[in-house]
Amino acid sequence: MVAKEILEHPLSKYLRTDLMPHIWCPGCGNGIVLNCFVHALDELKVDMDKLVVVSGIGCIGRTAGYTYAASFHTTHGRSIAFATGVKLANPELNIVIVSGDGDLFAIGGNHFIHAARRNIGIKVLCVNNFNYGMTGGQLGPTTPLDAITTTSPYGNSEHPFNLVHLAAASGATYVARWTTLHVRRLTMSIKRMLQKDGFCFIEVISPCPEVFGRRNKLRTGLDMMELFKKNSVVESFSDPAKADITPDRIVVGEFIDIQKLSYEKLFHEKIAQINEKAMEQVS
Amino acid sequence: MTGKRSLLSGAHFLNGDVACAEGAIAAGCRFFAGYPITPATEIAEHLSERMPEFGGIYIQMEDEIASMAAVLGASYTGLKSMTATSGPGFSLMQENIGLGVMTEAPCVIVDIMRGGPSTGQPTLPGQQDVMQAKWGSHGDYEIIALSPSSVQEMFTLTVEAFNLAETYRVPTMLLGDEIVAHMWEKVVIPSPEQLKIVNRKKPTVPPEEYLPFKPDEDLVPPMASFGEGYRFHATGLTHDEHGYPQTQSSETQFKLVHRLCEKIRKNADKIIRVEEVTLDDADVVVVAYGIVARSALSAVRKARAEGIKAGLLRPITLWPFPETHVERIAKQAKTIIVPEMNCGQVVREVERCAKTTPVVFMSKFGEDPHTPLEILEEIRRNR
Repeated sequence: MVAKEILEHPLSKYLRTDLMPHIWCPGCGNGIVLNCFVHALDELKVDMDKLVVVSGIGCIGRTAGYTYAASFHTTHGRSIAFATGVKLANPELNIVIVSGDGDLFAIGGNHFIHAARRNIGIKVLCVNNFNYGMTGGQLGPTTPLDAITTTSPYGNSEHPFNLVHLAAASGATYVARWTTLHVRRLTMSIKRMLQKDGFCFIEVISPCPEVFGRRNKLRTGLDMMELFKKNSVVESFSDPAKADITPDRIVVGEFIDIQKLSYEKLFHEKIAQINEKAMEQVS
Repeated sequence: MTGKRSLLSGAHFLNGDVACAEGAIAAGCRFFAGYPITPATEIAEHLSERMPEFGGIYIQMEDEIASMAAVLGASYTGLKSMTATSGPGFSLMQENIGLGVMTEAPCVIVDIMRGGPSTGQPTLPGQQDVMQAKWGSHGDYEIIALSPSSVQEMFTLTVEAFNLAETYRVPTMLLGDEIVAHMWEKVVIPSPEQLKIVNRKKPTVPPEEYLPFKPDEDLVPPMASFGEGYRFHATGLTHDEHGYPQTQSSETQFKLVHRLCEKIRKNADKIIRVEEVTLDDADVVVVAYGIVARSALSAVRKARAEGIKAGLLRPITLWPFPETHVERIAKQAKTIIVPEMNCGQVVREVERCAKTTPVVFMSKFGEDPHTPLEILEEIRRNR
């Protein structure tokens, strides 16, 4: 008899495996996003002792706990505000927020636009599943017009956000959108984001068959992935204002990649200048 | 982050907001996040100038919700952190104060009380947030709240608030009022050597053995900072000693919430400070705090001059409430008088502890605080 060798997955060192199995439903895209994220960490050889993963409330909010880094799971909508304090207090830390569309853009929308405006160096990975999954499928700020949710039983009458346009208009230095179908491009984008200064934003369109899809003729994860495949159009560096998600079109790609001094750099430079002046006065 | 400039050691003529800001600097606070609001704005203004001189951070956030969240974030990097606000902003901070309680983030929240509810009277004093300070966030928990009566105490109690926050890993509040905040008085700032400064306990075990929410005997867990190699998780969810969510476990919930309360309750004797004036033989005792205690002290002295056995009990610590002090005076006093600038908040605590001893409540708000004469007349009526 040959003894069975227990092999450890090469990426499991990036995960808190003692928290597995995860809480996500079959067909959910969150696992794909987490997979792409840890691949990016691995390919870049990110110093895990200097990484802080922050999440808000919602299904994807559990990512902070699942990643084996310093991690913090905040109140609903406040991950960006919390991370702003972390980054400013210790600019050496690499801070990634992984959270959902409802958390970041409904209850947390104000923090998002102000963090982008300030250009604080935090990296936001937003998983957009078009609804509030954890509470059972209510409408949110990204729910498409006419979509059925538990709180829009007659069809949604609200116009959704175009998140990449919002991020670009608010001042983000890197903006991209992919779906969970685009795993290689998403991983590449996460790597790009991790190497940049300033406020960065990636939107990942992700299937939620269990509570969103099944009410909208997309019963399985596969149905949703097929829709993403059929509707996705890669238009790199196209105008994000024209990237509204419509029933037959999801524009994906990188939209913005610019250089701009980050808030924490500008602020800490000022502190250094003030103290140099003070030293001159003393000596 | 070493400061190139020094503390303003020596005697100064300052207003309470500035004294508070200097107290924060002296205590080692190096992170302030806030949002402008009367009558606390001068704390932010002063710290926007002073913090950078010490290598510290000032950030004006988009609202008070964000301010409180940023304070928690900075606290988790190891910096002593604070915010300052007034009633409306204090209300907005409550959910994240709860997160600070649950994740045991040391921090200081200054609430300069004005008249409420809602926008109320932005430029006038009040004592209407005492219960909000204790009960404002949902769930069961304990916090610490201090009540300064003078500009000097706006300095010393701010230092004390940081020391308590660091000792017990708990959001600690300084409940000032518009008068102590805007009044100008002499403040003596000690030299750095004379100041007692407390820093949080750090882990003594290597990262692989560290359990972020495993308490020591004092019920307080040592705290690692982000970036130090301790790759721990913290969450507002009910969590075990690993910091891992255990939302279905009644045992974990009971153990955690019980400890969060007990670490303050069991240490109440060490935390609580009161000022006692001629209480030994007093049969009329005034219980007053904040600016009102200044009038009460004057009234008690005048009453003594008239031969009335009057005394003053001034809670410097409002939360945890000095129950045993009130119980003790209730045994000897014929009457307890509680003047407050609200419709009755601390008086409820006094009544609870006084049991059968009569408690007279003097409510006054929307204008100047009680005058010494008003309190003296009440003492005379109850002699």
